Amino acid sequence: MKYLTEFRNGEIAQRMAREIHSVATRPWKIMEVCGGQTHSIIRNGIDQMLPAGIEMIHGPGCPVCVTPLELIDKALAIAAQPGVIFCSFGDMLRVPGTEQDLFQVKGTGGDVRVVYSPLDAVELAANNPDREVVFFGVGFETTAPANAMSVHLAKRRGLKNFSVLVSHVLVPPAIEAILQSPGNRVQGFLLAGHVCSVMGYWEYPPIAEKYGVPLVVTGFEPLDLLDGIRRTVIQLEAGRHEVENAYSRVVTFEGNRAAQKLLSEVFEVSDRAWRGIGVIPKSGWKLSEAYREFDAEERFEISGIHTEESALCRAGDVLRGAIKPAECAAFGKECTPRHPLGATMVSSEGACAAYFNYGRFLSAEELASAGSALTGAAHE
Amino acid sequence: MSELLKTGVPDFSNWSCPLPLVGYPTIVMGHGGGGKLGNELVEHLFLPSFRNPALENLGDAALLDVQAGKIAMSTDSFVVQPLFFPGGNIGELAVNGTVNDLAVSGAVPRFLSASFILEEGFPLAQLAAIVGSMAKAATTAGVKIVTGDTKVVEHGHGDGCYINTAGIGVVREGIQVGPHRAQAGDVVLVSGTIGDHGMAIMSVREGLEFESQIRSDCAALNGMIGDVLNVARGAVHAMRDPTRGGLASTLNEIAQSSRVGVVIDEASLPVRTEVQSACELLGLDPVYVANEGKAVFFVAEEAADTVLALLRAHPLGREAARIGQVTAQHKGMLVARTAMGSNRVIPTQIGEQLPRIC
Amino acid sequence: MVLLPEYKVVAMCLAIPGKVEEISFNGLIRVGRVNFGGVVKNVCLDYVPEVEVGDYTIVHVGFAISKIDEETAKQTLEDFRTLGLLDEELASEEEAFARAAKAPQSRCPDGSCGEK
Repeated sequence: MKYLTEFRNGEIAQRMAREIHSVATRPWKIMEVCGGQTHSIIRNGIDQMLPAGIEMIHGPGCPVCVTPLELIDKALAIAAQPGVIFCSFGDMLRVPGTEQDLFQVKGTGGDVRVVYSPLDAVELAANNPDREVVFFGVGFETTAPANAMSVHLAKRRGLKNFSVLVSHVLVPPAIEAILQSPGNRVQGFLLAGHVCSVMGYWEYPPIAEKYGVPLVVTGFEPLDLLDGIRRTVIQLEAGRHEVENAYSRVVTFEGNRAAQKLLSEVFEVSDRAWRGIGVIPKSGWKLSEAYREFDAEERFEISGIHTEESALCRAGDVLRGAIKPAECAAFGKECTPRHPLGATMVSSEGACAAYFNYGRFLSAEELASAGSALTGAAHE
Repeated sequence: MSELLKTGVPDFSNWSCPLPLVGYPTIVMGHGGGGKLGNELVEHLFLPSFRNPALENLGDAALLDVQAGKIAMSTDSFVVQPLFFPGGNIGELAVNGTVNDLAVSGAVPRFLSASFILEEGFPLAQLAAIVGSMAKAATTAGVKIVTGDTKVVEHGHGDGCYINTAGIGVVREGIQVGPHRAQAGDVVLVSGTIGDHGMAIMSVREGLEFESQIRSDCAALNGMIGDVLNVARGAVHAMRDPTRGGLASTLNEIAQSSRVGVVIDEASLPVRTEVQSACELLGLDPVYVANEGKAVFFVAEEAADTVLALLRAHPLGREAARIGQVTAQHKGMLVARTAMGSNRVIPTQIGEQLPRIC
Repeated sequence: MVLLPEYKVVAMCLAIPGKVEEISFNGLIRVGRVNFGGVVKNVCLDYVPEVEVGDYTIVHVGFAISKIDEETAKQTLEDFRTLGLLDEELASEEEAFARAAKAPQSRCPDGSCGEK
């Protein structure tokens, strides 16, 4: 695939890794915020290619993972109601609520449908006027334009049976919360490339300045990740703390103006609770006054929800980067993608899922020596 | 009767079906009852399609002449959705699937049974098309369908059509293959591109459109495997067709059975461009996607080049590739060397990533 | 009664590049027929009014969110290619993979290959 495959060139990747080796003289801790980047790092073994002292700390870049348990339980309650068609992206289906998940609600008669795009949910509403169609709008800024457009179109079409359960979170406040937390070890950040393609990166210079940390806009393919890490390390070694754009083929300083315009119409900033982290002020979006009629939380007044987190689950520690998934006692035992204790093990952007699905079960040494069995194999 | 194979539509002129069926021929409960309707289905559909003496005796059991030796037996049920997909349908899947299980066990497949569970209301024309495909697949594979059964369940159950096939074959003399026989030093070969079948199914389910449509690779492998075993004989230690769970699950199974480690080179895995792109779009990994016309071989090092050449000489093995090796390290695990030069463990597929794929 | 799959697996941050082959208007939004390495999908182009037929764009959940600047892409790749070529002292590959040993986690997802 053009503009994808070229950025996975193994030979160039190895050379870039050697570059990082040659510039790093001290240990550094760098956090990537976006779950998609976490997955790419683990899948491609980027972390294994780095010098021993450079540690990648996985951040809370998984919007499904940080959606509060209470909201998940509300979603389940709404989905179970007769007359409701509940739509969400695929990986929401197995996220555990207090008692069950959407997949189980579907199994007991709830009309739960997986959609590829929120526009599909709008179509469902238009085609099923006698049903209430609810879309679970979970995401960072990357997904917000899609959700905004859907609500906007629903309003234009005068649909009365469409609503969105909003769980939108923002990256800059999350980064500040991490930097402000006591015991923070993160010294530099890879900024989420596609979030920045929408929002630009004009929000970050004040953060870099205030906390004295380098922030590098980074893509998702191996070469992009290595480049982002390389630039961060160079800045750290030089004692600089600037905002850099390592994903310039897609990201501009001001971002996508058309998207930002509609976003400011459809959404307004609000405080948000992040599962495993707590309330971060002004860290999310809710529907603005003009679009409040489409808010599913208001339309369906769900009360009497009793939420209870699993006692064993350490997703919060994973999301804050305090531990690696494999350091959780339940990892791979009580908690697997088939029987997840928390969202991080089941979301396509969750760090625990990445570690599990990409088999981080061998120790680093065993992993390194494993490939040596391949002698002159297979290059025909 | 050749009409059936040509058009997939049976000639109803001699049927005694009640009127509604002539206009909109569909399966009714009576077709599973063993009475007149059921007999008609056998006489006018199954018999003519599968045409062979053992079947035509219509006894409760088929009586077969089998040469002396070890008998291999295998069975599989097929519940794929959708029933018809680019490159095939549930019928040929049912025949080739069991043929292949026998072939990778080192046997020459000979006879199959075919049992149908049909949903009331299932269109007869679709059944005829499925049966026609089965007949064709059986002929190509050189096997005979000698016995069968039909049951009908109420509308709302059965998803149209489920098929079970069981098959017997005769194990080739002197051939000993099995998932527990892989040895350190063995070379791992795959007979062609991976992920075609699963992605052909997914493309229909997801409504994906392609520049050039992905087609299922559904095929009988006994001819190609025969070519290999005739020459390489004892050098082939293990063979398997990577169906559900894909290449990754199969290699993990053999690694665990043989208590060895398997290492593969990701860059050497043959994958069609469209399959790779569709996987990117859907967030899937080709190593976990089902195949229905491919086999993996664990071969002694010194015979690897010969076997590879034999595979490539066969129409079904043109894109065969050497993909890895067996090691004594990390027993029971599959490790892949990524294009980056790093290593990653590829676990067995967790749960049902792609349900109802075969 | 035909069961559609429960799992339409869609990774969330998954935004991938595709080439716009056709553009039309469906009465509500500007729609592009986008080719992703052989897979073709209809995508909403309202957020990228500057994108024309022949351009490449990044698509997320059915929406194009950014145009790919091809000149920049070429330059970036060129920069990557020349990186480290002039560096005489290249660390060995083994060094690149060695890390401080960490205690092994569990052995296998299902615990079946437990022994060392």
